[in-house]
Amino acid sequence: MSPTIIIGWRGARTYSPEETRLAGVEFAGHLKPGNIVGLHGELGSGKTTFVQGMAKGLGLDDQVTSPTFALVHEHGQPPGLYHIDCYRETSLERWRQLGLAEYFSSEAISVVEWAENIAPLLPEKTIHLTFSHGLGRNERTIEVRP
Amino acid sequence: MIVLGIESSCDETAAAVVADGSLRSNIITPQPDHTAYGGVVPEVASRLHELHIIPVVEQALAAAGTSIHDLTGIAATYGPGLAGALIVGLNFAKGLAQSLSLPFIGIDHMEGHLWANFLQDPPTADSYPYLCLLASGGHTHLWRVDGVGQYTLLGRSLDDAAGEAFDKGARLLGLGYPGGPAIEAVAEKGDPQSVDFPRPMKGSPKCDFSFSGLKTALYHHLRDLSESQQLKRQRHIAAAYQEAIVDSLLDRLQQGVRLTGLSRVCVAGGVSANARLRNRLDDWAASENLSISYPPLEFCTDNAAMIAMAGYVRLQAGDRSSLDLEVKPNLSLADHSRPSQTSQGHAQG
Repeated sequence: MSPTIIIGWRGARTYSPEETRLAGVEFAGHLKPGNIVGLHGELGSGKTTFVQGMAKGLGLDDQVTSPTFALVHEHGQPPGLYHIDCYRETSLERWRQLGLAEYFSSEAISVVEWAENIAPLLPEKTIHLTFSHGLGRNERTIEVRP
Repeated sequence: MIVLGIESSCDETAAAVVADGSLRSNIITPQPDHTAYGGVVPEVASRLHELHIIPVVEQALAAAGTSIHDLTGIAATYGPGLAGALIVGLNFAKGLAQSLSLPFIGIDHMEGHLWANFLQDPPTADSYPYLCLLASGGHTHLWRVDGVGQYTLLGRSLDDAAGEAFDKGARLLGLGYPGGPAIEAVAEKGDPQSVDFPRPMKGSPKCDFSFSGLKTALYHHLRDLSESQQLKRQRHIAAAYQEAIVDSLLDRLQQGVRLTGLSRVCVAGGVSANARLRNRLDDWAASENLSISYPPLEFCTDNAAMIAMAGYVRLQAGDRSSLDLEVKPNLSLADHSRPSQTSQGHAQG
């Protein structure tokens, strides 16, 4: 069973940050408690913007900002979304010590930016999305990795 | 009053002692290089910081020339930060307070940053109100500070922090880490007007910041150049990119001054080390007759001195936390501080 079938979301091509946010809202509508989402893509390809939409789609009105330095931002009380960022910290041991498994085993959605940096720690059921810049300045393609 | 402060919200395990309003010690232990343990982390360090908390506290007490029995108060960060990291420092502090029967106070990490300003010169009645721009890798916030526990968030970054914009820009430009100093060094011989990068939020009536679009603009600018052109023009692009960040920070700070009418400004956080930013800010402050200060950098990065100082002023003011206090990873100072009367138009709580 591929993740594409599980979530029933086909990806998106967007032409503005607002559209990328909307795609995140739409994507979040397909998620179930405890889902883990890995995001892949270059700098500036829309990952954090997409997560802003996901939070909105999950009914969280928190301000979502980049967790690059904080490593993890929790949203909601009790947490409904763990926004994890592996850009800066790439040591698997450090992530284990930070309790990554605890985030992943909760009822909340976990979304992981730069997921490729901790690939061995991601459960098999992780849904992977790939972000890429298009030819136009604001064009982005978001694909579900089969 | 002698207060021990403990900070473990992210990477660092840190402890400090503040006695009668002055800093006596400030110890930060970076997380261990795993090669030091032959690549194997001892079982005891199942959580980040567990290995370091006791030695760091012992060092802070020794460096302050004090013993655990001289302490009269304990403070620790309880949020925001990483749950698994915060819990180590907070539980240690609560256990210590309980066993020594000492007053205990949980400190918001962000409140600590606002008190870093007074680690060299303790506050006086004339110190308030002031504006504090905190610009680091993790935060870009503009605060109004009216006194102990009276903080108003005027604006914050809606996406990336200013320091993050430097770091990610440096990576796009093929420069080193940390990105701030790397960009600054290359930009020195560049023309800041060479590329017209956007100034997100410029002219906005609020004081919020945004740096994500700037990073994307840099990506696109570089993508349109060949590799040799990128190298040839690197110093100019770096200078223009730096100028866009500096311009944005200055513009938002100017808006904060316009909105509040305050004349005291403090600029903290790692980004405040940037020489171009300081030149521009100093020129502006001189022309507008503002007083501007920059806390030493060692107090701007995550440290326990600021937590001990915030704990000291809060305990002095009679504030206490229950020993039932739990970590709050998504704590927001704007939600639990008392905004000032003047800035919010209603009586303080």
